[in-house]
Amino acid sequence: MNTLIAIIGLGVLCLLFEIFNLRKAIVPMVIIGLLGILGLTVSEFNSSESYYNNMIVVSKFSTAFSCLFIILTIFLVALGHNFYENNQSKISDFIAIKVFLLAGTVAMVSFGNLAMFFLGIEVLSIALYILAASNRMNLKSNEAGMKYFLMGSFASGIILFGICLIYGAMGSFDVTEISELSQSAELPVWFPIGTVLVTIGMLFKVAAVPFHFWAPDVYEGSPTLTTALMSTLVKTVAMATLYKLLSVMNADVSEAFKIVVVVISMASMTVGNIMALRQTNVKRMLAFSGVSHAGFMLMTLLSITTSAGSLLYYAAAYSLAGIAAFSVILYVCKNRDNEDVTNFHGLGKTNPLLAAILTAALLSMAGIPIFAGFFAKLVLFNQTIQAGYLALVIVAVVNSIISVGYYFKLILAMYTKEANEERKGTPFVIYAVAIVSIVLNIVLGLFPSLVLDLLA
Amino acid sequence: MNVSLILIILLVGAFATYLAGDKLASKVALFFGLAALGCSTVLLNHYNLGENISFICQWIAEPNISFALKADGLSLAMLLLTTALTPIIIISSFGTDYKNSKSFYALILFMSFAMAGTFLASDGLLYYIFWELALIPIYFIALIWGNGDTEERKKAVVKFFIYTLAGSLFMLVAFIYMYQQAGSLLIEDLYQLNLTATEQFWIFLAFFLAYAIKIPLIPFHTWQATVYQKAPTAGTMLLSGIMLKMGLYSVIRWQLPLTPLAAKQYMYIFIAIGIAGVIYGSIVALRQKDLKKLLAYSSLAHVGLIAAGTYTLTLDGLRGAVLQMIAHGFVVVGLFFVAEIIFRRYQTRVIAEMGGIRTQSPKLTSMFLILVMASVALPTTFNFIGEFTLLYSLSQINIWFAVLGGTTIILGAYYMLKMFQHAMLGETNSKVFADVTFTEGLTLVLIIAVLFIFGMYPKPIVELITPSLEAILTQINRVR
Repeated sequence: MNTLIAIIGLGVLCLLFEIFNLRKAIVPMVIIGLLGILGLTVSEFNSSESYYNNMIVVSKFSTAFSCLFIILTIFLVALGHNFYENNQSKISDFIAIKVFLLAGTVAMVSFGNLAMFFLGIEVLSIALYILAASNRMNLKSNEAGMKYFLMGSFASGIILFGICLIYGAMGSFDVTEISELSQSAELPVWFPIGTVLVTIGMLFKVAAVPFHFWAPDVYEGSPTLTTALMSTLVKTVAMATLYKLLSVMNADVSEAFKIVVVVISMASMTVGNIMALRQTNVKRMLAFSGVSHAGFMLMTLLSITTSAGSLLYYAAAYSLAGIAAFSVILYVCKNRDNEDVTNFHGLGKTNPLLAAILTAALLSMAGIPIFAGFFAKLVLFNQTIQAGYLALVIVAVVNSIISVGYYFKLILAMYTKEANEERKGTPFVIYAVAIVSIVLNIVLGLFPSLVLDLLA
Repeated sequence: MNVSLILIILLVGAFATYLAGDKLASKVALFFGLAALGCSTVLLNHYNLGENISFICQWIAEPNISFALKADGLSLAMLLLTTALTPIIIISSFGTDYKNSKSFYALILFMSFAMAGTFLASDGLLYYIFWELALIPIYFIALIWGNGDTEERKKAVVKFFIYTLAGSLFMLVAFIYMYQQAGSLLIEDLYQLNLTATEQFWIFLAFFLAYAIKIPLIPFHTWQATVYQKAPTAGTMLLSGIMLKMGLYSVIRWQLPLTPLAAKQYMYIFIAIGIAGVIYGSIVALRQKDLKKLLAYSSLAHVGLIAAGTYTLTLDGLRGAVLQMIAHGFVVVGLFFVAEIIFRRYQTRVIAEMGGIRTQSPKLTSMFLILVMASVALPTTFNFIGEFTLLYSLSQINIWFAVLGGTTIILGAYYMLKMFQHAMLGETNSKVFADVTFTEGLTLVLIIAVLFIFGMYPKPIVELITPSLEAILTQINRVR
C-alpha cells in the first residue's frame, strides 16, 4: 500500500517539476525516487496486510512482482533521458505517465477486489494508449495508438462483462469470498463464463494467440521506447495479473479450462515463432517473439498452486533481456525512420560492446545456458512435465529450436554484414542500462535460487 | 586441489586473453593452455596416488542441482586430450593472421573450458550446460573467421547450430523426465533409477538424437562436411579433435549406463548405423576434391567405427572406443594442420592444384606420410591399437560386423594414399613451397611423438581408463 501511495506521489511530483521549470532534473529525480520506493518495497517484503476492506492485499507475490516492475520502470525512465532529448518540452508528461502506469501495475498485482483489479487495468491501459500515440506528428504512431485503443477498450469491455457475471454468480467482488464460494459443489454457470471472459480480456493484454493481432502493428508503430515498455513491463504485468486472478479466485479447477490453456499456449508459441521467422523489422520480430514468450508463460497456469516462483523468474529473465535488447535497438535506430534488420549490419565491428550485449540478450531469449532465459525455460518445463503435460513440453522444445532461427538472423546481421554507416556518440545512459540489465540477467542465470526461492 | 582448478584456469585464461589485446593474445592464450595442461598432469598424478580430486557443492536448491565435477579415469583421459590439444591448436594458429585475434584466442580457450566441463560434470544439468556452452564459441569462430563465401558459410554454420541445439534440447527433456523420478540429477542418483523398458527406449532415443548429431552418425551428418570446410582450421580442429568426442564420451558416460535395457535390445541397429557411416564416409571421401572435405568424410568413417564399438557393450568395445577417440583426436588435428600449412603457401585446398611438394619440402612430406599412415591404422601407431580393439569387439558380436567395419582400413588406405600421392608427389610444382617453419615442425613432431609413444606403449592409458569402464559396464549389466 505504501508503495502505491509513494508511486502516485512521485507521479504528481513529476508534474510539479514541470511547473517549476525543472525539466532537466526530472529523469534523475524520478530514478532516485523509484530507487527509494524499491527500497521501501523490499523492506516490506515479509509483511502481508490488507487495506480498505480488502481492496488492496499486500502479499509476498505482490511485493515481489512490484519490485520487478519498479526495476523495469527505472530502466525505462532512464532510457527516456536519451529518447526524449529532442522533445524536452513534453518530457515531464511522458515520465509522469510512466510513473502512473507503474501505479496501475502495482494495483494490478496487489488487488483484493475485482473493482481494484479493473481500476489497475484501466490506469495501465489509458497510460499505454497515450504513450503509443505519443509521437503526434507520426502517422504510424497515431495509427498504433488508435488501433491499440480500439482493441484495448474492447478487451476492457469483455473483462468488465466477465466481472459482472462473476458478481452475478457470487454476489461479491471480493476475491477471498469468491474463492470460498467457488469451493462449493454447485457453481452457478455464470461463474465459469465470467472467468473465461476475464481470461480472454487478459489474454488480449498478454497478446496470446488468437488475441495477438494488434501486437505487431502496435509494436511497430509506437515510439521505440513505448514498444520496449509494452514488450517487457506490460507483458509481464498482464501475465502476473492473469496468474494471480486465476489463483486467488480458485477458478482453474476444471479440466476443460486446462485444455484450453494448453491449446492457447501451443498456438501462441507456434504462431508467434513461425510469424517471427518472416519479419525483417526488428520491432515486429520482437512482437511475435513476445507472442511466443506469452505462450511459454501461460504454461505456469497449468500448475497454478506451485509455479508463482517460476513465473516471477521467467518474467524477470524475459524482461531484463528485453530491456537490454531494446536499449541497443534505441541506440541503433535513433534518428532512423524504420527498424529494419539492415540497420544492424556490421554492428559487431562498429560497436562490439553493444553487439555483444544484444547477442547475449537474444541468446537469453532463445534459452541458451548460463543466461537466465535457460533456467526460466528449464523450471517451466520441469513443472509442466510434473503436472503431466509432456506433449506441451515437446511442442515448447520444438518451438525453442524454431526461435533460434530468427534470433540468429539478427546476430548474423551484426557479425557478417558490412556496416553501411558509422554511428556517432556513446550515450552513457544507454550503455549503463544495457550493461546493468544484461549483468542482472546473467547473475540470475548463475544464481537462480535468488529469485526462484522468493515465493516458495 | 581438485579438478575445478582446470576450469578456472581456462576461464580466467579466456578473459585474460581478451584483455591482453591483439598483439599479445596468442601468447597469453598459449600460456594458459599450457598451464591447464600442466595442471591436468599434476591432477592425474594426484588421482593415481589415490587422492580424491572431485568437487561437489550445492548450486540450486529447487530444482535440486549441484555443481558436481567428478574425475575418474575416463574423464581424466578425455580431459588430458582436451588440455593437450588446446595448446597444439593455439600454436598451430600462430602462422595465420587472424583479425581481432584477442577474441579469436579467447573463444578457443572458452570453448576448451566448456568442453573440459562437459567431460568432468557429473550432474545432468551441469553437464547439459557445458554441452550447450561449447556450441556458442565454435559458432562464432566458424562464422567470423571462416573462409569461403559469406552467404554459404552463414547457411552452413546456422544449420549446424540449429541441428545440434535441436538434438540437445530433446536430451534436456529426457533429463527433466528423469529428474521427476529421481529428485536429483547427480549421476549416482540417476544410476539408481529403475526405469521401465518403454521409458528407457524414449530416453535412449532422446539421448541418441543429441549424440548422433554431435558425433555425427548417419543420417545426421549433413552439417559436418560443409562446416569443417568453411570453419577456420583452428575451428575445424576443435570440432573434429575434441568436440565430436564429447558425443562419443557421452554415449559411454550417460546414454548406455542410464538406459541399458534399450541399449541391449536395439544394439544391432545402432552398430549397423555406425558401420553404415564407416562405409558411406569412406566411399564419399574417395570422390572429394577438397582436402578439408576429404578429411571431414574420413573423420565420419572413423567415428562411425568408434560408435559401433561402443554399442557392442563389451569391455573391449568401450576400451577400443576411448583409445581410438584419443588417437583420432591427435591424428585428425595433425592432418588438418598439414592442410592449413599447404593452404598458407598455395592459398588452395583443392587437391588437384597441389602436387610436387615432396622435392620442395621433404620434411613436411615425411611427417604428412606418417600422419596418413597413422590415420589408416599402421601398426606401431596409436590408431592401430584403437582400431583393432574396436574391430575385435565387433567380431565378438558378429564376424560380419568386423568384416564390414574393416573396410575402413582398406578404403581408408585407398583414399588417403591417393590423396597423398596427388597432393605431395609428382613432378616438382612450379610454385615455390617454403619449407615448414619451426613452430609448424614442432607441432607436427609433438603430435607424431604422441602417436608413436602410445602406439608402442599404450599401457598407461589402458590402465587409466579400464577401471572406470569396468564400473560403467557393471552398471550396464546390473541385474533387475
